[in-house]
Amino acid sequence: MSDGVMAEIRKDYLYHLMLKGERADGRALDEYREISLDTGLIRKADGSALVRLGKTQVMVGVKIQPGEPFSDTPDKGVIITNAELVPLASPNFEPGPPNEVGIELARVVDRGVRESRAIDLEALCITPGEKVWIVFIDVHILDDCGNLMDASSLGAIAALMTATVPAAQYGLGDDYPLPVKDVPVATTAVEFGDSIIFDPDTDEESVADTKLTVITTADGSICGMQKSRPGFISQDHIYRIVDIACERAKEIREKFLEV
Amino acid sequence: MIGMDEKLSFFKDGLRLDGRLPDELRPIKVEVGVLARADGSCYMEMGDNKVIAAVYGPREVHPRHLQEVTRAIVRYRYNMASFSVEERKRPGPDRRSYEVSKVSREALEPVILTSYFPRSVVDIFVEVLQADAGTRTAGINAASVALADAGIPMKSLISSCAAGKVGGEIVLDPMKLEDNFGEADVPIAMTPAGEITLLQMDGRLSKEELKRALELAKAGCQQIYEIQRKVLVDRYSHMNEMESCDEAVAEEEI
Repeated sequence: MSDGVMAEIRKDYLYHLMLKGERADGRALDEYREISLDTGLIRKADGSALVRLGKTQVMVGVKIQPGEPFSDTPDKGVIITNAELVPLASPNFEPGPPNEVGIELARVVDRGVRESRAIDLEALCITPGEKVWIVFIDVHILDDCGNLMDASSLGAIAALMTATVPAAQYGLGDDYPLPVKDVPVATTAVEFGDSIIFDPDTDEESVADTKLTVITTADGSICGMQKSRPGFISQDHIYRIVDIACERAKEIREKFLEV
Repeated sequence: MIGMDEKLSFFKDGLRLDGRLPDELRPIKVEVGVLARADGSCYMEMGDNKVIAAVYGPREVHPRHLQEVTRAIVRYRYNMASFSVEERKRPGPDRRSYEVSKVSREALEPVILTSYFPRSVVDIFVEVLQADAGTRTAGINAASVALADAGIPMKSLISSCAAGKVGGEIVLDPMKLEDNFGEADVPIAMTPAGEITLLQMDGRLSKEELKRALELAKAGCQQIYEIQRKVLVDRYSHMNEMESCDEAVAEEEI
């Protein structure tokens, strides 16, 4: 119950700030928190990235192993994305199998990588119908201070871009860099009253009516979207978020993900 | 992935493989009140999709710790029958079902007046009996009608459909064949006033194509809304005449 009451007080506070175009941490409505990205920290993984988005911390590990292809795509590699919302990362997370928030997170991260065709899956075929490379993207949330979607998506693509296919280990020739052809970047905004706020923190997320994640590709196309939270959103707001998402993604690509 | 020839083969003389225009919905069939035990129910066919929705509640929440003091909670379970798809699906929820359930619940919750029923739950169950692309939108449409059938107070109905990109063209309500080989899929749900409550997208679209897709899907939702409204009016306008006397008596007794 206290959670509900707190939410109302917090909502009221954040709402009144927002009317003045302000946020609790002093950011502008469309201002992102500082981002830092470190890759290759986990030697045992084939690719890894630690993303810090403000105080949010997400570690993404990529493991690549030979395995069987799906029967409907016998000549293509496989992507499997998983997200762990471990209890270390938030008082709201509990041990156990992934809940729907974790599943949604993993599926949206997956959507960005898959739909942008960032990974050249044809190039990951070893023997058609028998053996292909399986790329496991595991998102490990370490500290949830909001906007896990953007942090996890950035971590995933950064880990993939620095990943090595461990061919030698399996007697399949020399190791080679994972072929990455596009750089999907996710941008998330929440709607609160009439305002749109980018890169929400946990408080802003918890009081927002609606959240929208837009994933864009290097050529400025949109390759994935996900609206979540039980609220409404207008077409105008969708287009505004898409426009800003394209700009933001470009900046992030230039700053962190230059090939 | 798709060669130029294959792209062209999605259309013949400006029509799609099933004879539809690019901006045409598949045929829709709706029946309301199809289940005896549920408080509200609806069977819906959209093309080859066959879904059935049931609503129970508002009723007591189990487990009790889930209850909210200020409002009813809404639960939505989307489930595919193992025989609903080409290759048998393993029964029970998979990750996709969890996600579909979540976004579908969030598509309907904004119009349900949950504050009328503190500490209770509105349970929505959707079973997909046959799937042919667009089951989540069909499920939401059926659930929306079932909610109304259950007498759950709502701000409005919710209508849902998808637009997609096939062979370079934006089309309304893609069927399985188009979805499998298509370039993008954008399912939406909205109120008759045009407020969007579900929005997902996968594939690849330019900003202009996205706008076109949203406009098309919006027009589709408006057509679906008329059908939903009609089936409810048809059912309850006639009940109104027949049962209004009974209800008046019942109210007096209370």
